[in-house]
Amino acid sequence: MTTEHADHPLVEPAHEHAHPGPAEYVKIALILAVVTAVEVGAYYVKAIPRPLFSTLLIVMMFIKFSLVGLWFMHLRFDSPIFRRLFVSGIILALLVYTVAFSTLGLQHSSFHNFFHFMGRLIHGKL
Amino acid sequence: MTTEAIAVEEHGAHATSTGLDNRKLAMWAFLGSECLLFGALISGYLLYRSKGVGIKPHNVYDIPYTSVSSFVLLMSSLTMVLALAAIQRNEERKMRIWLTATALLGMTFIGGQVYEFTSFVHEGLSLSANPASSAFFLLTGFHGTHVTLGIIMLLSLVGLSLAGKIGPKHALYVELIGLYWHFVDIVWVVIFTVVYLMPVPKH
Amino acid sequence: MATVTEHLETPAYDGPFRRPTETQKGIVSWLTTVDHKRIGILYGCTALLFFLIGGSEALLIRLQLAHPNGHVLTAEQYNQIFTMHGITMIFLVVMPLGAAFFNYLIPLMIGARDVAFPRLNAFSYWTFLFGGLFLYSSFFLGGAPQCGWFCYAPLSTMGLPTTIGTLFYAIGLQITGVASLVASVNFVTTIINMRAPGMSFFKMPMFIWMSLVTNFLLLFAMPVIAVALFELLFDTAFGTNFFNPAQGGDPVLWQHMFWMFGHPEVYILILPAMGIVSEVLPTFSRKPLFGYTFVAFSGVAIGFMGWGVWAHHMFAVGLGPIANSAFAISTMFIAVPTGVKIFNWLGTMWGGKISFTTPMLFSVGFITMFTIGGLSGVTHSIVPSDYQQTDTYYIVAHFHYVLFGGAIFGLMSGIYYWYPKLTGKLLSEKLGKTHFWIMLIGFNVTFAPFHILGLQGMARRYYRYPAHQGFDFWNMVSTIGSFIIAFSILIFLINIVLTKFKGKPSGDDPWDARTIEWSIPNPTPHYNYLEIPVVHERDDWWHKKYSEDEQGNLVPVVAGASDEAVAHAEHAEPHMPKPSYWPLVAAAALPLFGYGVIFQWALGALGAVVLLVGIYGWAMEPVE
Repeated sequence: MTTEHADHPLVEPAHEHAHPGPAEYVKIALILAVVTAVEVGAYYVKAIPRPLFSTLLIVMMFIKFSLVGLWFMHLRFDSPIFRRLFVSGIILALLVYTVAFSTLGLQHSSFHNFFHFMGRLIHGKL
Repeated sequence: MTTEAIAVEEHGAHATSTGLDNRKLAMWAFLGSECLLFGALISGYLLYRSKGVGIKPHNVYDIPYTSVSSFVLLMSSLTMVLALAAIQRNEERKMRIWLTATALLGMTFIGGQVYEFTSFVHEGLSLSANPASSAFFLLTGFHGTHVTLGIIMLLSLVGLSLAGKIGPKHALYVELIGLYWHFVDIVWVVIFTVVYLMPVPKH
Repeated sequence: MATVTEHLETPAYDGPFRRPTETQKGIVSWLTTVDHKRIGILYGCTALLFFLIGGSEALLIRLQLAHPNGHVLTAEQYNQIFTMHGITMIFLVVMPLGAAFFNYLIPLMIGARDVAFPRLNAFSYWTFLFGGLFLYSSFFLGGAPQCGWFCYAPLSTMGLPTTIGTLFYAIGLQITGVASLVASVNFVTTIINMRAPGMSFFKMPMFIWMSLVTNFLLLFAMPVIAVALFELLFDTAFGTNFFNPAQGGDPVLWQHMFWMFGHPEVYILILPAMGIVSEVLPTFSRKPLFGYTFVAFSGVAIGFMGWGVWAHHMFAVGLGPIANSAFAISTMFIAVPTGVKIFNWLGTMWGGKISFTTPMLFSVGFITMFTIGGLSGVTHSIVPSDYQQTDTYYIVAHFHYVLFGGAIFGLMSGIYYWYPKLTGKLLSEKLGKTHFWIMLIGFNVTFAPFHILGLQGMARRYYRYPAHQGFDFWNMVSTIGSFIIAFSILIFLINIVLTKFKGKPSGDDPWDARTIEWSIPNPTPHYNYLEIPVVHERDDWWHKKYSEDEQGNLVPVVAGASDEAVAHAEHAEPHMPKPSYWPLVAAAALPLFGYGVIFQWALGALGAVVLLVGIYGWAMEPVE
């Protein structure tokens, strides 16, 4: 009898669930455009202190990255397995390259504080 | 031409262990791998951006120009997802229009890069001028190659569609090429921020 | 009934891109095969051929080093030989042998009929083959790489008498890297997505667990070396200065990137062998793998932690005490999951009914030799001690114990174990045991002295050593040992040839094994499973054969008790994908790119055309 497939049955492909429509995609694109404009605008505002500017840039980069990934690449609506595969690559890259380049002494850089912190975090924890 | 059973035809949905299509799973695995590739290139640039003698990339950036380029690529992600939405609603003609638009925006981006880099070289920033320029061109060269391959795939899709070989059953292929295209766009989002906009300390 | 595959009716297509009809004979059938079993055999045979070549290179090395101030090889020749020995053994032998096992066994062990992407699978093989041939063509086209398998820059890019070898290195490994990356996508997808109904992750054979971890490592590690190789290529060919300190570059960057790949790489080399051993030991102990969950999680842990130890290859570079300490500690920690596995393997054997067949001997040999290699490895993790060991033969001892005593012994175990599945015959036990013992003795005679020589200060990567240093005796011993190894391999080859002509038919389940690949006929039918199995437990095949009575004694299940036997008779042969030319064509483009960069751009342009044609042909032909 093959009616019970134990605790791990095969799964038929799911039917497509509700997609965002074109209107929603255009909205996302508008947000992306606005964020880009803010980024570039901030570049020209000399009054912003460097560390704050760098942080803002990273935040905005993360926002744009996430918008494209979650909506355009459909990760928000798809199986979590895809997100895990992708995010694993990102996190591994961040970790591994941060450690490597912190040992190569990124002195006098606007990332210096960040790497220094990461270095202390990694080394201190051990 | 009849809709012949060629590779682009969906070849029968299998029941799988996860319910997900093999090809989509493979594409996401590949994109995870690409994060390591571009991570190496971007970190390499960050390490080398001030190294060596002579003019450096951040000395010659034209931020307004590159902003427009970046905007163009960002919008191409919109047209790409609209192309997918179109084929999912069985609107093949609309899909072709949006795919072509995506390819055109991509070509505009590449054209912009070519012009930008030619002017950099004229200012003395060649591939081998110093490690900073090498790292810059290696990174942007890899990215540009990825975009170009994407454009070829997009135009191939348009061609196949004109030959009647892309129907709503083949939406997956549009989706997969879309995922690749969005990824390449995301990488540029990172490059634009980290390479062009991030302030470089003077020492 | 669980129907895993449904194939759309493919109308007959006879245009120019029609796929070849299926024939199972002739060289064309091998050139166009997309059958994972055949691709596995291709990988295995090619790897064994490279093993003979790499082994010959080793014999040349040992002949040169048998006496002080040897003059069998010049310095330049020696550098090429020892470089190619390392490249060959790592990239053209152990990795492709792993791939051979992945290819042949993964679909069988998860109850599938093929991998997720059969043509991509074929492409991987041809790319690997062309990459290996490209690397070896260097001997005839200007000189093989002389930089060592690690190719430290800027010596390799600027400091050698000739740098054309470095170009072959950078491009050749790029090509084989493509093969590995593409294969890893294929296997990750296959294992995650194509398991038979009922086979959850914790019911998978341990070999599949190790294959999954290995392929994830490949997926994430190959891009790192790809970037490093491009930078090496650009420095050598296009005048960039990524690694040239005089112009602002950093040689240590090469080392970081190389070892960031290189350390996961050594786990890529060893995990498949660990997976094999985890299958062989239970079968010949007639006991399930002890601590299955621990072994699985240890493998995963090794996969993760392997990313955090790479700079232990760089302790003498001058990274500073903080970096050195951090990596020393992570290196010590990674010994833990490895140790867990060893104890679980011992636990598997403990109290079992052991038969010391050839595969079992090689697996036990793996445990002992790998442990010795692991112990020397742990001594490397102590930084001040490593300062003395670095660049001496002590390190050479370590990695040969883990790679030869470990990986090769494990792979040999697998070859003897699964040989019946490929051929329907058993390799001779007598010759097999002879092979094992002579190889074990020869291996130890060759490499044990390296520990001594290293601690006495003999430097590695040198083409000769001076007299009156106290190195003479053990070098001679080692050279003798290397010929003993060669003799044992001769016995192995004789075994294979004799078995082909006079081998005993094995029957379908000669070892009374535990996992489902033994539930189908030997040699494996083209379609693998007539009916996709439904898996109920770990070691499902064992439980189909045996149940236990109240005292825990094995009671054979009466044959025919399951209705699946009845269902078999009425099943038509499943439809399998047709062969295809295009993977071979597309793969051929890659060496053309390589020769284009080194010699003549027109070749590269030709490569681009071939690639485009190959990919379009691939995309346009009927899917099956």
